[in-house]
Amino acid sequence: MMKKWSLLAVLLLAAAIPGRPAPADAQMLMNGAGATFPYPIYSKWFEEYIKVDPEVRFNYQSIGSGGGIRQISERTVDFGASDGPMTDDQLKKAPAELFHIPTVMGAVVATYNLPGNPQLSFTGDVLADIYLGKITKWSDARIKALNPSATLPDQSIVVVHRSDGSGTTYIWVDYLCKISPEWDKQVGRGTSVKWPVGLGGKGNEGVAGQVKNAPGSLGYVELAYAITNKLPAAKVKNQAGKFVEPTIESTTAAAAGAAKSMPSDFRVSLTNPPGDSAYPIASFTWLLVYKDQPNEAKGKNLVKFLWWAIHDGQKYPSTLLYAPLPAPVVKEIEAKIKQITYSGKPLLAAQ
Amino acid sequence: MAADSMAGVGAADRLSLPPQAISRRRAALGDRIYRACVLASVWLVLVLAAGLVAALCWESWEAIRAFGLRFLVTSHWDPVAGEFGALPFIYGTLLSSLLALLIAVPLSLGAAIFLAELAPAWIRPPVAFLIEMLAAVPSVVYGLWGIFVLVPWLRDWVQPALATTLGFLPLFQGPPYGIGMLAAGLILSIMVVPYITSVSREVLLAVPGSQREAALGLGATRWEATRIAVLRYGRSGLIGAILLGLGRALGETMAVTMVIGNRPEIAASLFAPGYTMASVLANEFTEATSDLYVSALVEIGLLLLVITVVVNGFARLLVWSVGGPARGGRE
Amino acid sequence: MTPAARRLVSDGVSGLTFAAALLVVCPLLLIFGFLLYQGASAINVDFFLHLPKPVGEAGGGVANAIVGSVIMIGLAVAIGLPVGILGGVYLAESRDRRLPWVLRFVADVLNGVPSIVFGIFAYTVVVLPMRRFSALAGGLALGLILVPIVLRTTEEMVRLVPSALREAGLGLGLPQWKVSLRIIIPAARAGIITGFMVALARIAGETAPLLFTALGNRFWHQGLDQPIAALPLQIYAYAIAPYDDWHRQAWAGALVLITLVFLASLAARLATRGRSVAR
Repeated sequence: MMKKWSLLAVLLLAAAIPGRPAPADAQMLMNGAGATFPYPIYSKWFEEYIKVDPEVRFNYQSIGSGGGIRQISERTVDFGASDGPMTDDQLKKAPAELFHIPTVMGAVVATYNLPGNPQLSFTGDVLADIYLGKITKWSDARIKALNPSATLPDQSIVVVHRSDGSGTTYIWVDYLCKISPEWDKQVGRGTSVKWPVGLGGKGNEGVAGQVKNAPGSLGYVELAYAITNKLPAAKVKNQAGKFVEPTIESTTAAAAGAAKSMPSDFRVSLTNPPGDSAYPIASFTWLLVYKDQPNEAKGKNLVKFLWWAIHDGQKYPSTLLYAPLPAPVVKEIEAKIKQITYSGKPLLAAQ
Repeated sequence: MAADSMAGVGAADRLSLPPQAISRRRAALGDRIYRACVLASVWLVLVLAAGLVAALCWESWEAIRAFGLRFLVTSHWDPVAGEFGALPFIYGTLLSSLLALLIAVPLSLGAAIFLAELAPAWIRPPVAFLIEMLAAVPSVVYGLWGIFVLVPWLRDWVQPALATTLGFLPLFQGPPYGIGMLAAGLILSIMVVPYITSVSREVLLAVPGSQREAALGLGATRWEATRIAVLRYGRSGLIGAILLGLGRALGETMAVTMVIGNRPEIAASLFAPGYTMASVLANEFTEATSDLYVSALVEIGLLLLVITVVVNGFARLLVWSVGGPARGGRE
Repeated sequence: MTPAARRLVSDGVSGLTFAAALLVVCPLLLIFGFLLYQGASAINVDFFLHLPKPVGEAGGGVANAIVGSVIMIGLAVAIGLPVGILGGVYLAESRDRRLPWVLRFVADVLNGVPSIVFGIFAYTVVVLPMRRFSALAGGLALGLILVPIVLRTTEEMVRLVPSALREAGLGLGLPQWKVSLRIIIPAARAGIITGFMVALARIAGETAPLLFTALGNRFWHQGLDQPIAALPLQIYAYAIAPYDDWHRQAWAGALVLITLVFLASLAARLATRGRSVAR
């Protein structure tokens, strides 16, 4: 009996320990949450940034783009992150004006499992019709027409999509909406949609796992997952009529093509952009920060980090299979960061 | 053995030393404090549960107002258009849990009986321990193990075999994806087994040996003694263990959503993909954008609560009708 | 049935139970084997002592996640265990008509609520008013999962203690509370511990409720009212990433988690060793 109470007492004491402050004098901890897609590159950045500014620690956790939007709107975190831009409704609901700051880019690839691992090419409308359930077999004439030299089995296509709401899905269906009016009408765009056909896998790894293990599958995943899982990535026809392979360079080219018509708030869809070498299914991922920062010290740290991220930080993404921002876009983001204020005064001194 | 546990009673001698009146008052005070603590605990649980239900009702009010009873009987789940119907999820939850229990209960009870009665003494603690450790495996690990090990096994071996032997039943028709209701039921049964086994084993061990000895003395075989004396005596505890397992099955999210295919459709076949209420909650809650969407998801959480209530009530009714109020230790 | 037939049935059933026990242990060995095969290479001293590192950098660890998990489980247990045990004893002993029935029903229902719902509840009740994620909120969510499991298993175990024990205690002049605390609960001790261990194992592995409450932290926490790391969260973040290095760390983390629960279970059993009824 006594032993049980003393055990409990020890547990209570342990719980009351107010956590070890990190080495050196007390650092400032900045908390952020949101999209899962950029988690690896953000964790790399925050680790590197400690060398740049040892006084600050950035803690980022992936809880989903929707979670990121909700938490920054509730002000439970210092910054949010999202793969899909906030809607007008969501922006209106936030207590103050929020900025979208693009950080890196990602591509969504069509991946598949066929004997012999042929390199396939698709057009947007063929993909849309497969996901609408109108094209059901690999041996369909339209797929054959695009891939005359590949041996396509007379097998049903096992369509795989995401079951969880995600920015990856948003990019994918956004592209399909632009290409296929029928998709736009029947399904529409969102982080979660009513899929006409197919199995749902949880997360990029769920879809990758399903495609990897089931012959005849077709799914969509972020580029990094296709590469690390050694899954084939299909070439897709872009707006200029070229069949482009999804790579880091073609992803960056997608934004470069759209740089001229970039809206000032960066809430832009980069799918199906102009440009010969642009991969058509790509997107930014954004950090969400308040225009007017509630805390001066935190605000200063935030803008200094953002500045570093779009300049020095851009040498890290490609090693982790993300695409860096193209130079013209970086210039426009610089102007945006300079607009972040505290009590009306811009936080970033002339840099 | 009763004498051993009465060792604490020696304290009574010390209590009778002070005058009777003082000791009685001290006892009454102790009783009052004890009773207060107990009642505080009870009311804490009830208040928290009430708070939970209230929070769920509050958040789901918008969806309830928008869809009413339609929510329960339509199958259309369209976040983009703002149309939500929960029937496929209800079906998926009930079917996957039923499947899980059908597999888990006989296995767990069998294992519990083995561990409590038949196993040699040196096997019991390590095996019992191992089974308890199954409960510690994180849900996400079950899911990933499911994707990498269980699903390929089902797709390449089990489902084709079932299709050739029992394929005339609508239960085993359709393409063998591997992923689907069968995978979900199997994973759930593995997750539920440690609860039922561990608790059942304790229940069986707690049955007084006199019960077993009496039956054996009357000429029963080992199994008959177990069935007549031990199982009946511990019936309430065993039912409690099974309900614990059922609770886990109904509410499990991560592992199920990774192997069930997440297709909001009702199908007769176990090979087909499905979707459960807990899964859709886990999948879509963090990304839900509009207020109506969030509200519909919370309503699903509320519905799950209601279903748990109904299933529990049904189970208790069943127990009552079979053998009267099952009580051990009170006779 | 002839005696010989009855014996045959008995032996047959014994064989079946043995088969059942084997089948039950099978998945455990498979899963453990899977984890060992995938993750053993990632376990080294660094893993236990260091903070997480980005992809590709060696020497990353889950030290803060281990500490975080221990702290939040400690919080959950500190509140949840007494409430659960007292509630369970109440249910087993009370002669009232309605309140015990209601409590039992509520506990059974709470057992079926998905853990993510508790997380959302703790988010609404703790995180939003405090305007930050915290270890406290995480502890609350875990405690809410712990209580109904402990409550029901305690009830069933106490119920099985022969009433003769209670009558004897009362007959000797002991007050009610002493009988309950010093006689009945120790008598049901083994079963209560099992229920507690099963609940502990459950909350040690829970991810979903912590997503909205503790959030997770790549560094050491700076107080109970700040975001804090936890093993299941770290495992989840690594498992869903595309990198093999992180996958190995996820499996290694799962091994560490199970081992820690194993050790806690061992410690609890050793600490409360003693005789109880009917053994």
